[in-house]
Amino acid sequence: MPLPLEGPVQYDRVKGTKISKPGRNAVQQAYVKDIADGLAITMHHFFKNTKEMIRGTRPDAVNDPMEDGVTTLEYPFQKRPYPERFRGVHRLTHRADGSPRCVACLCCSTACPAQCIYIEAGEYPEGDKKRGYEKYPVKFVIDELRCIFCGFCVEACPCDAIRMDTGMHPQPYDSRDQFVFGKSLLMSFVSADGEQQSENPRREPGEKGFAGITRLGQHH
Amino acid sequence: MTFLTVLAALLKIVLIVGVAFNLAAVLTWAERRQSAMMQDRFGPNRASFSLFGKEFRLAGLVHLPADGLKLIFKEDFVPQNGDKLLHALAPMLSLFAPLVLMAVVPFGDVLCMDQLKNGHLWDAVERFGTCTGAAGPKSLPAIPMQIFESNNGILYVFALSGLGIVGATLAGWSSDNKFSILGGLRAASQLVSYEVAMGVSLVGAMMVYGTLRIDEMARWQGEHVWGIFVQPLGFLLFWAASLAESKRTPFDMPEGESEIVAGHLVEYSGMKFGMFYFGEYLEIVVSSALLVSLYLGSYNLPFLHRDGITIAFGDAIWHKTLPHLLVVVVQVGTFFGKLALMCWFQLFFRWTLPRFRYDQVMRFGWRMLLPATLVNLFLTGVVVLAIDRAGEAFADRLGLVADGVNLLLGALMVFAVVRLVIGFAMPTNRAPRPGANDAPQTA
Repeated sequence: MPLPLEGPVQYDRVKGTKISKPGRNAVQQAYVKDIADGLAITMHHFFKNTKEMIRGTRPDAVNDPMEDGVTTLEYPFQKRPYPERFRGVHRLTHRADGSPRCVACLCCSTACPAQCIYIEAGEYPEGDKKRGYEKYPVKFVIDELRCIFCGFCVEACPCDAIRMDTGMHPQPYDSRDQFVFGKSLLMSFVSADGEQQSENPRREPGEKGFAGITRLGQHH
Repeated sequence: MTFLTVLAALLKIVLIVGVAFNLAAVLTWAERRQSAMMQDRFGPNRASFSLFGKEFRLAGLVHLPADGLKLIFKEDFVPQNGDKLLHALAPMLSLFAPLVLMAVVPFGDVLCMDQLKNGHLWDAVERFGTCTGAAGPKSLPAIPMQIFESNNGILYVFALSGLGIVGATLAGWSSDNKFSILGGLRAASQLVSYEVAMGVSLVGAMMVYGTLRIDEMARWQGEHVWGIFVQPLGFLLFWAASLAESKRTPFDMPEGESEIVAGHLVEYSGMKFGMFYFGEYLEIVVSSALLVSLYLGSYNLPFLHRDGITIAFGDAIWHKTLPHLLVVVVQVGTFFGKLALMCWFQLFFRWTLPRFRYDQVMRFGWRMLLPATLVNLFLTGVVVLAIDRAGEAFADRLGLVADGVNLLLGALMVFAVVRLVIGFAMPTNRAPRPGANDAPQTA
């Protein structure tokens, strides 16, 4: 529909209902009925909630927070369930042998808009099967205070090595340097299900189902 | 004055001071937990102590001693340029005034010591007259359940409740603080205004009861009908005035938290602040005690008299004599029960009503409450005169009405208790939430 280019815009005339002024006779001014109405509301809540507290039938604060009644969540002892895809503190996933899956490709630190990831890549020693094939992180540091929990690092990772499925939010510490999580700490976290590995299987070179090019036996 | 009267007086003082102090202390807990229940939350429940390796929280009651200890050990701050003497005197006055008011409040009928001395523990006494028993030089005195029997009971109340104002005003003056002086001025003007209305609203009750003695008023209510039925308007007006006197939220101008920080309490800390705070709750206890003794039948239950239960419509229909000691115990229990119930009820106002503006408080006091009390006074005078002129037959008919009201009142009490029990036993009705019956979503 084209906009009218000229002439005043025609609006519908506002139609309202006339509301009569509240009366000001002596009974209303005495304010007694209104006080009684208010007392009825507070008393109703008082009796209902007291009964439920004594009988222990108050609504479940975790699962029914919108129910009528006392639904205070006693936080450190009760916690709200997080959604399944809640982005919590990062963890570094393990391989079957307990080493990090990370190959120090720097994809995550490149993708990170907050630039909170620092990785120092290292070469495997001479004679190791993985030497020349992939690297490993000598240092893997995330500054959890700089992190904005956008999850780009997880998306960027080609090896499913960094995940945010721990279900934890960063705990409070008393100094800033304690928020700088190192490699060993990140590897110590487990997923919400208690897993240290990832659900996606990892095939090492030479294993059955390995999709990449095998360079075994070749000289560098 | 025998040894027995002195001992009884001491015991009564211990009882009343103990009840008033403990009730006021429990009120601080009740207010916090009760308001929490009204507002769908927990209230204070964290303080605890350990005994035999178990943790006790007692529904938040542990907060009472915790708060008291904290207040005692806090720094006692006195402003540098303040008046040190008055600064220390003010909290004492505001605690002292409501406490001594309790002296004239009767908490039971007369205890006939002669009856007990002669071993007639399970006998009843006469319903009317002073209890004399075997009158003689060796007879023991009758002990009234009232600390201070005064012929001008109500006037004593007015005189001393005025003293509480001095406490708040002195606190405002001696603190050397702008907010404090504003709070003190507000306290003075508000309390003086409402003192007038409070006094005049009680004159109607005095006319009906025909006495200034509070124990006589209580006895009148036992023989006829509760004061609330003969002075309904006076009851409401006195209640409104005493609410304003207690400086609590609908009328919390002197504190005025959103306007003048804490008013006269700004420069107080530690136990001095605690005394003000405590005095405020004592004032609730006292105003509840006055409401109960003047309008809500004091220690009387419907049909329960000094000699036992008498259900009557003009003539007695059913009579059962009860032992004197039992009746006195029931009466004292009734009074303290009513007192606690009334305190509990008064706490609701703070959490139900929004607060007034300062000019509204003044206008309400002078332009509404005072004329209304005068109207009440006039109407009461006319009605009392008319009843006096109407003669014996009409008085008898009024007595029948009073008996009917008593019956209704008794039925209402039983109904309230039954309703409370049933309400507690019934589970809460919860409307099903939309979507509650849908199939659970699979993960």
